Amino acid sequence: MRLPFLLLAAIAVMSFAGPPLGAALGVDLNAVDLLDRLAGPSRLHPLGTDELGRDVLMRLLAGGRISLTIAIAAALAAAAIGTLVGLVAGYLGGWTDRAMMRLTDAIIALPLLPLLIVLAALDLNKLGVPAALARSDDISLLRILALAVLAGWTTAARLVRGATLVTRNRDFVRAAKSLGAGVPHILWTHILPNVLVPLIVATALSVGDVILLESVLSFLGLGIQPPLASWGTMLSNAQELITSAPLLAIYPGAMIFLTVLACNLLGDALQQRFDRRAAVRA
Amino acid sequence: MIRFTAIRLIEIAAILVLMSFVIYALIGLMPGDPIDLMRQADPRMSTADMARLKAVYGLNQPLFARYLAWIRQALGGDLGYSRLFAAPVWSALLPRLGNSLLLMGLSFVLALMLALGLGTAAARRPNSRLDTAINLVCFAGVSMPTFWLALVLILVFAAGLGWLPASGIATAGARDFGDRLAHLVLPVATLTLASIGGYTRYVRAAMREALDQDHIRTARAKGASEARVILHHAMRSALIPVTTILALSFGGLVSGALVTETMFAYPGMGKLIFDAVMGNDYNLALAALLLATVTTMLANLAADLAYGWLDPRVSYR
Repeated sequence: MRLPFLLLAAIAVMSFAGPPLGAALGVDLNAVDLLDRLAGPSRLHPLGTDELGRDVLMRLLAGGRISLTIAIAAALAAAAIGTLVGLVAGYLGGWTDRAMMRLTDAIIALPLLPLLIVLAALDLNKLGVPAALARSDDISLLRILALAVLAGWTTAARLVRGATLVTRNRDFVRAAKSLGAGVPHILWTHILPNVLVPLIVATALSVGDVILLESVLSFLGLGIQPPLASWGTMLSNAQELITSAPLLAIYPGAMIFLTVLACNLLGDALQQRFDRRAAVRA
Repeated sequence: MIRFTAIRLIEIAAILVLMSFVIYALIGLMPGDPIDLMRQADPRMSTADMARLKAVYGLNQPLFARYLAWIRQALGGDLGYSRLFAAPVWSALLPRLGNSLLLMGLSFVLALMLALGLGTAAARRPNSRLDTAINLVCFAGVSMPTFWLALVLILVFAAGLGWLPASGIATAGARDFGDRLAHLVLPVATLTLASIGGYTRYVRAAMREALDQDHIRTARAKGASEARVILHHAMRSALIPVTTILALSFGGLVSGALVTETMFAYPGMGKLIFDAVMGNDYNLALAALLLATVTTMLANLAADLAYGWLDPRVSYR
């Protein structure tokens, strides 16, 4: 448990501290230097430069900042939405529960990536998003965030619903009900604390999933848009130079791999430790 | 059983109708529209021409009316004309569906066989060195971005060693079986490696549970051989939970196939969907997305039926 946590912490610290530190040392991550393209490692550029002469290390760290921010934000948002759906479905039961669970079942079984590609290609003007927002640099961040939440909320929903079903007929919940506690109060103080541990584990595991999703969409040209750098967009650029500069493709892929691996190992370790019942995630 | 299948088929049809409307509406929200594309191709076209064309093709009608017109045509077997392929949608779709099913089928069978072997080996000696090693390999497989794995495989086996072709489905002009097979190796390997980690973990968990049961101890006490205990007694009960999880993984297999096909320029459904969406080929994108959905849901149904067949305690009434 300690090793994946340290690895993840190291990647996060470097990603968030690296770019400002580099800027202070005079290395700009977007500075183009066409005379120094595809250079090997040097003192100024420890990992060399890319096809436009930009510093690879700096872009790698900045890419990590974007990938991690999106992943953590999306994992938390998906967990929040899923929790709400799961609590409502599990507590109300009846046809609300049946309808919501049919919906999550259907979403889980669908071929998600093809559908996400359609969603990623939508024209935001036709959707009625204000033009100022639709043209800003950050829109690709928000879009990915929305897609990741849309794809990811079902895990938390199923988990919380299951735990709610088990808990809602326990004596302490009945006691609270007979004392006149309202539904929101019961859900918040009596049921939610009982699902917190598996929920935290699932959220840790889903951070890795979001990083993979972001990287594949960015790789296909549908995710983060230039000038922002993410690991996926770096790989997408490197693909064209795969035979002449293979290292440009190796670095960002290795970063994705290590980060996702650390998230998965951490989630698994948490599960082993706190939640032995659910040793395998369905 | 028949009643269960019938209900599931009706459910699948209902989801399909819903999905077809959602996808139809979404495709209408993609950038540009067919008449704008025609105008780009022919600058002499006037605004009056455009309005007339829109009326001819019914594009000035409300969304739901257009959808009903499309579904009436589609039910009559006419899915329209593909802009990218300059051919009816059906004739672009079917050969690619076949290619994809071949790729996914081979990878699925291969990954399942390997997962059954590895998962059982790991479950027999929990926390042994072998178990730890297999577990690590699984985590590596689950954490590997599919497209990066494909890149690395191309780099090593196609660009570096030159053993295998990097893309396509056959060398131009070559018609022999070996050539087809050589083109399949890297895509199948990618998709297999991408799914094997998850499958193995499920098999291991199910197998551990199965090996803990009383009837296994009974079988051992009776003096059954280890092979018989594993293959005859434990495997059967372990396969039941595995089937459920495999059913849910078909959607993931289609997603993995999309990435793999795009990376290897393999002419399958995944690459077709990607190209159709990127190339504003509305008819093709719509039909291909729906076909991918139907295939996934039918595979799910097949897994559900296999579940009943594997476990006599389950009855679909």
